[in-house]
Amino acid sequence: MAQVQRLAILGDEAVALAVKQSNVDVIAAYPITPQTIIVEKLSEYVANGELDAAFIQAESEHSALSVCVGAGLAGARVYTSTCSQGLALMHEIVYAASSMRVPMVMTIVNRSLNAPLNIHCEHGDVMAERDSGWVHLFATSVQEAYDLTFIAFKLSEHPDVLLPVSVNMDAFILSHSIEPLTPISDEDAAKFLPPKKYEYEIDFDNPMTYGTMALPDTYMEFKMQLKEAVENAEKVFADVVEEYAKISGRKYWYFNSYMADDADALVIVLGSTYGTLKTAAKKLREEGLKVGVLGLTMFRPFPEKQLVEVLRNVKAVIVMDRAYSYGGLGGPLYSDVVATLYRNGIRIPAKNVVYGLGGRDFKLDEAEAVLRMAAQGAREGGFDTHVQWWGVKA
Amino acid sequence: MSGQAPFVKTPKDLPREEWFAPGHRLCAGCGVGIIVKLALKAIRGPTIVVNPTGCLEVATTCYPYSAWKLPYVHVAFENAAAVASGIVEAINILNKKRGKKLHDVIVFAGDGGTFDIGLQSLSGALERGHNLLYICYDNEAYMNTGIQRSGATPLGAATTTSPAGKVIPGKQQRKKDLIGIAAAHRIPYAATASISHPIDLVNKVRKALEIPGPKVLHVLAPCVRGWGYPPSDSVKIARLAVETRFFPVYEVENGRVKINIKVDKPKPLEEFLKLQRRFAHLLKPENAHVLEQLKKNVEENWERLVKLEESGVII
Repeated sequence: MAQVQRLAILGDEAVALAVKQSNVDVIAAYPITPQTIIVEKLSEYVANGELDAAFIQAESEHSALSVCVGAGLAGARVYTSTCSQGLALMHEIVYAASSMRVPMVMTIVNRSLNAPLNIHCEHGDVMAERDSGWVHLFATSVQEAYDLTFIAFKLSEHPDVLLPVSVNMDAFILSHSIEPLTPISDEDAAKFLPPKKYEYEIDFDNPMTYGTMALPDTYMEFKMQLKEAVENAEKVFADVVEEYAKISGRKYWYFNSYMADDADALVIVLGSTYGTLKTAAKKLREEGLKVGVLGLTMFRPFPEKQLVEVLRNVKAVIVMDRAYSYGGLGGPLYSDVVATLYRNGIRIPAKNVVYGLGGRDFKLDEAEAVLRMAAQGAREGGFDTHVQWWGVKA
Repeated sequence: MSGQAPFVKTPKDLPREEWFAPGHRLCAGCGVGIIVKLALKAIRGPTIVVNPTGCLEVATTCYPYSAWKLPYVHVAFENAAAVASGIVEAINILNKKRGKKLHDVIVFAGDGGTFDIGLQSLSGALERGHNLLYICYDNEAYMNTGIQRSGATPLGAATTTSPAGKVIPGKQQRKKDLIGIAAAHRIPYAATASISHPIDLVNKVRKALEIPGPKVLHVLAPCVRGWGYPPSDSVKIARLAVETRFFPVYEVENGRVKINIKVDKPKPLEEFLKLQRRFAHLLKPENAHVLEQLKKNVEENWERLVKLEESGVII
């Protein structure tokens, strides 16, 4: 573990730095706010000879991801980044990338989807790709967005996985915030991520047919292999974070947790709101309220086993979603947690708080109120309602 | 890889090696199979084929079978040029970084995947200047999904979504000018070819592969089912398309037009049309005006090309 200079850095720039240190071969992207700084910075690295890679600005996100699929199959380490409308435009190829088992990393700077037009933070964009067979990781800070980029490459290219991995970071809240960053050294990065080895790389001397047609007699077997690969990612993740801890001193896990072990009431969330809740929980702990917070790092595959260990010991849970399944039972994370509770025989009250859509601020006092509500649910053994849209004006 | 593929003069000069295996599921008489077989006889070394969704893809890659004896990649319908861009640039950088063998990349795409849904990704790839050869096999409609009209369907042709109705007699719009679109990107080489002139076709592929940058080859691919004629007539119909000036065979090299197959005395367009079910209604008296318009379009296009060739104007 080499000594490195601590930096104050913009979220997008921290991600670009990690991509550069990951020694990528091909970057293909289409600019979209608030991801633009990542690709601007990467094109700058390439233009200045600091990164030996092909930078391709495609004419659309659909083509950007298609370029990545082609380049990845040809053996290159590939990277792209997008969000919102761009991710929606990629949708078709998102499924092709995972089903064709192309390793790659995509940073999704989570932003709301039209309409109305809005460029601010929401997780609805990635939730539309939830079931695509990608591994989805979430960062709660700039440091995590940086670290998870390396972890994502390692996981993506692992022979038992061979899947695209997304690293999600909150639009503006993380992408455009300057936060402290302790980077890893270039040497450590190179050690952690040696040049990509891809057994199925396109080669004239070993000709293969990629992207075949499969009829009903074989299609399900292809999909079964995809299912197994995604599930493998859960196991491999533990090894990858262990190895990353050795070079960085930072140990990642399926989730971040704050005072969850002895909590009566737990709040589960994705993304940067974890930090807000943690600060609020600290204050409430001082008042003697036994609240805890959990921020998932891995969302797909869903870390059910690890989550159950925590959920078994709490009396009530609030799940916060920055996305919604319209006409469904609540937000997507809530549905997963409720299913986890049910199928593991844990009978505790669970409530869904839907918040922050289109970038609406979720402030410290609001985090405190949600935690108090969770504590009340634990105390009273129930909640008033299943789903609450937080802070909507009358 | 330069210099390994001399131009051919007769079919005997063609290599015997087949890169496109028999046993594929294209229809008997399909023009596409002839194009692919011929074009791959022109490769000069390690080559990768990229193919969007369409007849060629579904007929050659039904798991666990493949007709491709060289690397073949299919991803989706509208993105072949983008997938090819990624392969080209990945191989270039990996060649530089770790000596990965250089490969030529050839796209075979239908008219739907080229003129319509794939036009944006094609334009992007041409503008970015990747070193690839894009071959459009044009059977003038969406044949794989059941003969629906495309931007390449000629005026008056009947398809399942531009039927020869009592009020509307076939497609009401003219065909897009693909070579014009390609040439407008100022690419070094764009050309048309026909399966009726296989030596010209093979030599154009060879020539294109030697030219760095993006190249577009537009080949007419008669379709037995979609055009409505016996399987034995594909090459004959392709030849008539050339001999009636319906499908001029020409090239645009660095912007300059050269007509490769001169047709000084064109056969009447009816000779081409009358062999095909899709045009049957145009030969009825009530649709004479559509036939006249189609003839006018064909002549105007030919005159345009002749003028461009004679003037040497860069298009």
